[in-house]
Amino acid sequence: MVENIAEMMQHLFIQRAVLVGVLISLCAALLGVSLVLKRYSMIGDGLSHVGFGILTIATACGATTPLYVAIPCVTISAIVLLKIGNNSRIKSDSAIALISSSALAIGVAATSLTTGMNTDVCNFMFGSILAMSQADVILSIIVGLIVAVLFIVYYRKLFVVTFDENFAKASGLKANRYTNIIAVLTALIIVVGMRMMGVMLISSIIIFPALTSMRIFKSFKKVIISSAIISVISFLIGIYLSYIYNISTGAMIVIVNLVLFILFTIIEKIIRE
Amino acid sequence: MNLIEIKNVSYSYPTKKDTLKNINIKVEKGKFTCIVGENGSGKSTLLKCILGLNKGYTGEIEKVDHIGYLPQKSEIQAHFPATIEEVVLSGTISNNVRSIFYKKEDKENAKNVMQKLGIYDVRKTCFADLSGGQQQRVLIARALCATKSIIILDEPTNGLDPSIAKQIYELLDKLKKEEGITVLMVSHDIERALNYADNVIEIVNGEVAYNGNVEKYHNEHCDCPCHHHEEEDGGAK
Repeated sequence: MVENIAEMMQHLFIQRAVLVGVLISLCAALLGVSLVLKRYSMIGDGLSHVGFGILTIATACGATTPLYVAIPCVTISAIVLLKIGNNSRIKSDSAIALISSSALAIGVAATSLTTGMNTDVCNFMFGSILAMSQADVILSIIVGLIVAVLFIVYYRKLFVVTFDENFAKASGLKANRYTNIIAVLTALIIVVGMRMMGVMLISSIIIFPALTSMRIFKSFKKVIISSAIISVISFLIGIYLSYIYNISTGAMIVIVNLVLFILFTIIEKIIRE
Repeated sequence: MNLIEIKNVSYSYPTKKDTLKNINIKVEKGKFTCIVGENGSGKSTLLKCILGLNKGYTGEIEKVDHIGYLPQKSEIQAHFPATIEEVVLSGTISNNVRSIFYKKEDKENAKNVMQKLGIYDVRKTCFADLSGGQQQRVLIARALCATKSIIILDEPTNGLDPSIAKQIYELLDKLKKEEGITVLMVSHDIERALNYADNVIEIVNGEVAYNGNVEKYHNEHCDCPCHHHEEEDGGAK
């Protein structure tokens, strides 16, 4: 196993993927706890579809680094999604379904009219560690660090807003601002992580670690720490298995997450008994 | 001295006009004031206007800076993974909004409140694993971390057994008498709540139908069975 890992890490694209993957997994898990508890689990799924639509259009238009186009657009979509869900008669789950399917349809239509379903488009759909360019790596590191720092700075406020939004507002916190911060950070992580995990699978690295941790841990801080560890471990095992058995990296990471979720559920049942 | 003064406040929801109509009330320092009324009369709407959760009302609300708030039970996630200590400590947020970490005095404040309410020894217990009454006790502790002057409670005894509800009222009464904390509470449990209240505000169809002391309210509403409960509860006054 050690030899396999040493051999794997000789490749530059694997080194890039590990660096980016660890950062993305860590940040996705940190945000995932608040998203799951605030019942915004599906926002990751919705935003990834929006990201796909924008990336395919940007690629069709000949953008050399489509991520630069996708980041502001998906960020705006995240805020719009929250606003629709909070203020109008359309509930947030319906708003996500509406926007994500529309964005996906526009993306597929744009692809059909231009490049067709080529490798680039498939990479967006199912992810590819080979797709990580130098620019993606730099962008991922910057975004990952921003998310991690902001999460630590706002940790106290995020707890209050997540646990009881009305109490937060009554205490003088601008709760909507912090909810928007969560949405914007999620949008950034989704766009950057999509290249590796793919549109179809990116939301799982947001949801799984939080749900898995909540099986056993009963303190917010412990759930956050456990989610971060589970997410990074799932990524590392996933990328290793994907290299060894030549399976899609995104799919392998989700499968490892699923196995850990089942394992934690069993442990929870044993502890209860 | 009044901690809250409401002058000519009116409020309409987009789907329900005139939820509150020209409300004028004062909340006296050191008193236990109970807002009563039928379902949909506008009691909780009034609380939310006071707390700044409902924007766009007309009129004027003067209030102290820090208010402790205990929301309705339905607004709290029952299965949230947080310890008692985390929940209580979060009450100090209004004192140090800009700070990244909890300060030493915040932790000391939370510790004192938890000791006072008898929950310090179980502070590592998960909030979700507590009974309804214990959860309310934790949320009162959180509200007390936010302020030592006034706490506002929205139906704190909803869904609780009568014996547990009685414990909550006794706790609020003790806080008023021993700590000088002003209590403003919305309640459906009129009979029991009035045994502990000093003042009553009755809201009917968004208007103040009664605003005065509890004895006068008893006299004007002689069919109110609260006198019976007074004996049953041992009498708070």
